[in-house]
Amino acid sequence: MADSPRRRPRPLGQPTPETQHFWDGTKAGELRLQRCNDCGHVYFPPRSLCPACSSRNVDVFSASGKGKLLSYVINHRPHPSFDGPYAIAVVELDEGPTMLSNIVDCDQSPEALVLDMPLEVTFEDNGDLAVPLFRPRESQS
Amino acid sequence: MTVAIVGAAETTELGRIPDMSQIQLHADAALNAFADAGIRARDIDGVATAGESPVNIAHYLGIAPRWVDGSSVGGCSFMLHVRHAAAAIEAGYAHTVLITHGESGRSGVGRGGRGGGGGSLLAQFESPYGSMGPTTMFTIGVLRYMKQYGMTHEQLAMVAVVQREWAGMNPRASYRDPITVDDVLNSRMIAYPFHLLECCLVTDGGGALILTSAERAADFPHKPVYILGSGESVETPMVSQMKDLTSSQAFRIAGSEAMRSAGINHGDVDHMMVYDAFAHLPIWGLEDLGFCGRGEAPAFIEDGNTRPGGTLPLNTNGGGLSYMHSGMYGMYALQESVRQMRGTAPAQVPGAAVSLCLGVGGMFAASGCIVMGNELP
Ligand SMILES: [Zn+2]
Repeated sequence: MADSPRRRPRPLGQPTPETQHFWDGTKAGELRLQRCNDCGHVYFPPRSLCPACSSRNVDVFSASGKGKLLSYVINHRPHPSFDGPYAIAVVELDEGPTMLSNIVDCDQSPEALVLDMPLEVTFEDNGDLAVPLFRPRESQS
Repeated sequence: MTVAIVGAAETTELGRIPDMSQIQLHADAALNAFADAGIRARDIDGVATAGESPVNIAHYLGIAPRWVDGSSVGGCSFMLHVRHAAAAIEAGYAHTVLITHGESGRSGVGRGGRGGGGGSLLAQFESPYGSMGPTTMFTIGVLRYMKQYGMTHEQLAMVAVVQREWAGMNPRASYRDPITVDDVLNSRMIAYPFHLLECCLVTDGGGALILTSAERAADFPHKPVYILGSGESVETPMVSQMKDLTSSQAFRIAGSEAMRSAGINHGDVDHMMVYDAFAHLPIWGLEDLGFCGRGEAPAFIEDGNTRPGGTLPLNTNGGGLSYMHSGMYGMYALQESVRQMRGTAPAQVPGAAVSLCLGVGGMFAASGCIVMGNELP
């Protein structure tokens, strides 16, 4: 399990019919994205249509789980679910889409959190939902 | 000009639809209307809806609109949208408008609505990570900007220093004492890289505006301030889904539309307001509207161009950082533009005849831009 600065339960959303595949994926240890069969566009967050060409002909696939640190802030104000300053990050996935996440197994400091550092997904079980988080990885792996 | 309805459709199913969330019902109806009209989302440049925010609908469908209407007055909202859309098309604000409705009234699936309930994309894909509203989300692209363009922490702090200079000339400003770059960098860390003095105030207040025809304006006691041009757009309800963290698509569309419709160039603008919830907003505004090249706004501000006596006086009331910020600050930015055009501002810009006022909604979710002038166009 990832070493996370979190101490109390995260505020979780509720899956909808269009996002259920994503949350089923995280439970199964997969990061699932969607791809348009008409134009090839890969997108996130989940929805039952392609935002690039309006097609309904879209598929779900299992992504590599690899990405890089695009940007972040380190929040210093108290949050009921987190202890101490913690980073909220935008991760750019190798497949193209960006997603918000936390960076684990890493000091929550500007010195440790270097932009463009390679990351890989890890999943944190939160009971009903498993939440995708990211941790540093060796760039060649 | 006569305006026509050229596409119309309902959701594929009606009755009980437990396998679709409310926003997908909007989208399903929209896709069916696209098919009916033989078009796609990219052909749409105006969006109106009620029940969901037009920001959510535009982002979900992949529309970059230049006209938006979220009038929400109950079940007849869509009649108002048709009327507003007809006026917008007549005015040239949009060519092709999409109006959507979707409601999971029976099944109650993903019935997030405007606030974004538990089934909203925001609740599922941003809130779990400890996002805490504007201080953590509005600010999240700034480290990327710093890496991409070399902006320093001192340059970001300088935005607050310059605006405090303007506030010092304004008796109604909340904070008026001069500050230095060191003062800003030594203030409490809120969300790295943002310090307290780089974040807006939280105050109480209000404002109102009255508009009439230019013809009737002469019957009123004050010098009229004319609306020369305007623009609007929305991008995404989730800051993590911006196409580029260092630039706002909504600023670019709203700003260029406002300047085009006003028939002005950058050199015509004597006075400018950029809604500054945080210190980087003026930087994004100056670059997205083309007043500075990419990555050049921090030096532009550092060199004194936006300060009293500079070439482009900006946020002359002291802005959200020093004047006041009640939550929806756009009204106060408009009030300062009006004062400048009337010639009655506490820190009046001598001879200012054209003012550009750029507002932001949500966290780069939306933008509106108004160009005002003190002479009839
Ligand atoms: Zn497509």
